[in-house]
Amino acid sequence: MTGRTRDARPVAAAPHMVWAVLFIIAPLIFVAVYSFRGADGGFSFENFAALGDYTDAFVRSASYSLIATVICLVIGYPLAYAISLCSPRTQRVLIMMVMLPMWINFLIRTYAIMKLLEDTGFINGTLQKIFGEDFELHMINTPGAVIFGMVYDYLPYMVLPIYTVLSKIDPKLGEAAADLGCSKVQTLFRVTLPLSVSGVVSGITMVFVPSISTFYISQKLGGGQYLLIGDAIETAFASTSTYSVGAAMSLVLMVIVLISTFIMNRFDKDSSKGGVVI
Amino acid sequence: MNNEKLIELRSISKSYDGEQVLRSINLDIHRKEFITLLGPSGCGKTTTLRIIAGFVTPDEGDVIFDGKRINDLPPHRRNVNTVFQRYALFPHLNVYENIAFGLRLSKTPDEEIKTRVTEMLTLVNLRGFEKRDVSSLSGGQQQRVAIARALINRPEVLLLDEPLGALDLKLRKDMQVELRRMQQQTGITFIYVTHDQEEALSMSDTVVVMANGEIQQIGTPEKIYNEPENAFVADFIGESNILNGTMIKDYTVSFAGQTFTCEDAGFEPNEPVDVVVRPEDIDIVPVDKAMLTGEVTAVTFKGDYYEIIADIDNFKWMIETTDAFRAGDTIGISIDPYEIQVMKKSEFSGMFGDYSTFSDEMDHLSDPDGEASE
Repeated sequence: MTGRTRDARPVAAAPHMVWAVLFIIAPLIFVAVYSFRGADGGFSFENFAALGDYTDAFVRSASYSLIATVICLVIGYPLAYAISLCSPRTQRVLIMMVMLPMWINFLIRTYAIMKLLEDTGFINGTLQKIFGEDFELHMINTPGAVIFGMVYDYLPYMVLPIYTVLSKIDPKLGEAAADLGCSKVQTLFRVTLPLSVSGVVSGITMVFVPSISTFYISQKLGGGQYLLIGDAIETAFASTSTYSVGAAMSLVLMVIVLISTFIMNRFDKDSSKGGVVI
Repeated sequence: MNNEKLIELRSISKSYDGEQVLRSINLDIHRKEFITLLGPSGCGKTTTLRIIAGFVTPDEGDVIFDGKRINDLPPHRRNVNTVFQRYALFPHLNVYENIAFGLRLSKTPDEEIKTRVTEMLTLVNLRGFEKRDVSSLSGGQQQRVAIARALINRPEVLLLDEPLGALDLKLRKDMQVELRRMQQQTGITFIYVTHDQEEALSMSDTVVVMANGEIQQIGTPEKIYNEPENAFVADFIGESNILNGTMIKDYTVSFAGQTFTCEDAGFEPNEPVDVVVRPEDIDIVPVDKAMLTGEVTAVTFKGDYYEIIADIDNFKWMIETTDAFRAGDTIGISIDPYEIQVMKKSEFSGMFGDYSTFSDEMDHLSDPDGEASE
C-alpha cells in the first residue's frame, strides 16, 4: 500500500462523514436529548414513565411484525429457492416481478390493498357474484388485514437477499452432495439451507425492522383500532407538546430493534467476515 | 487390474443445443483399473465422466454398471463418487464433517464414522486437520479432503475430473504418485479425466484418447505413445514429426522423397498413409551416411538435450540430440525401421503441419485472413 492511497482515504470518506453527522448522528442526539427532557425543561425520566400507556402498542407492534416476518419467510424462502433453480433468463424476469411492486409508492400500495379488502371492495364484489348477494367475507379492519399489509409490503425484502445468496451457491456443491448420496430434499436441508443462513438473517432483519416501526398500514387496514408504535410516534410528533414522549418511544423502539438485530446476527457465522448481504 | 468388466458404455451419444459432444462412444472399464480419459478441452471427456456419475443423461446408448443398465439411476443411488475439478468442498462444514458427509447420510454410528474418517485422513496425509475450516486450507490440502470425502464411501469407482489442474507443477507430480498409491492401496477403479498427456502416461493402466466427441485410441500408455493410430493421437501425445507417405508394399514406406524399411504391414499397395517419427528416435549421422540431409534452422537448449529444428525438403523436422549444432549447419539423419510408425489416413491427416511453429494457434495468429478458431 502506498502513502498516496492511505492519504486519499479520509478524503474519499468525507462526503459520507458529513452526511452521517448531519442526518444520522445529529438527529439521534436530538432524539436522546428530547427523550430525557421533562416538562420543566430539565433532565427527567418522566417521558419513559409515560410510555406505560403505550405498552399495548409495543406488544402489538412486536407480535404483528413477528408474525408478518414468519409468514414472509415461509413464503419468501421457497419462492427465492424456486427462482434460483430457473434458467438465468427466467430468473431475471421473476426477480423483476418480485421487485415491481416496490416501484409503486408504499402509501398507494396500502390504499390499493384497502380497496381490495373492503366489505364492498373488489374481493367481496367478486365473491358476491359467485356466492350471491348476501355473502360477505369480512377482512378489512382486522389484525389479519394489518398483517397482510405488512407481508405484502415487505415480502420483496425477504425474497431478494435470500435469492442473492442462493444464486451465488456453487451448483457443484449440489452435485457433490448428490454424488455423496443426498436426495434432492436432503441436499436442500444439508447444504443449501445452511449455506443460505446469511440471506435468511438479512431477510428477517429487513422485514422485521420496518414492520415493527411501520405506520399507516394499521391506520388504513386496521381502521385505527390497532394502534402500532409507529403510528403512536407519528401522533406524538404531530404536536410540539408531546415531542418528548415521541422521542422516548423512538429511543425504546431503537433499542428493541438493535437487540433483535444483534440476536439475529448471532445465527449468521459469516457476518464476522464483514459486509452486509442485501 | 483384472479382466472383469465393471462399466460398459454402449454407443453413447449426447448433444447440447444441437452441438454433438459425444458421438457413439463405446468403452469398457475393468475392475481395479486406472483409466484416463485424455483429450483437449471440448473433446467430450468430462461429459463422459458426468454420464458415468449420473449428472448427465445420454441421448442415446446404454450405461451398464456391473451388468445392469443404470441410465435412469440418479447420482445419489450410484456406487461411484467424484472428486470435482475445484473440489466443491462444503464451506459450512469443517474438514472432519466434509469427509464424514456421506457416512452421516447413511446413518453410520458415530464410532465408526470416527474410525473411518481417521483412516481416510491417514490415507491422504492430513492427520490433525479434523477441526480446520476448509477455506483455511491450501489447494493441495483441499484436494486431499476432496479425495478423502469421496473415498470414505468405499465406492466401486472413483471419478476424478482434472483434480490436479489447479495445483503447481511440483505438487502435481507428488500428487500423481500419491493418487497412484491410493488407487493401488484401495483397489478402487479410478476414472481420471485430464488434458495433460504426461499425467495420463505416468499414472494410467489404460489411456483413452478422445477428440471431437469420439474415442481415437484406447491402449496402455506405451502403446499409445509408440503406436499412435492416427495423426491426432501422434500429435497430442508427445512431440512428433508427421509426414505424408505412401505404403509401397508391406514393410516398405516412402516419405520425404525417400524409401524406408519399416515394421508395418497390412496396408493396400501404394496406400497413402501418415508417417510418425518421434524427435528422440532420429539419429544424426555424417552427411555421407545419411538417409536425409537438411539445414539446421533453430536450436533450443533444453538442459539434458538440444531441440533442433531442421529444414529437410521444406519440411521442418524436430530432432532431439545431445550434440550441439548451430543454425546453418548441414546435418544428415538416419531413421531405424522400428522408429517409423505408419498410420492410416484419418480426418486429422494434414491438420498438424511441421515445426514451422509449435502450435496451430500460432499459425492462426499470424494469418491475417484466417478466422479466429474460437
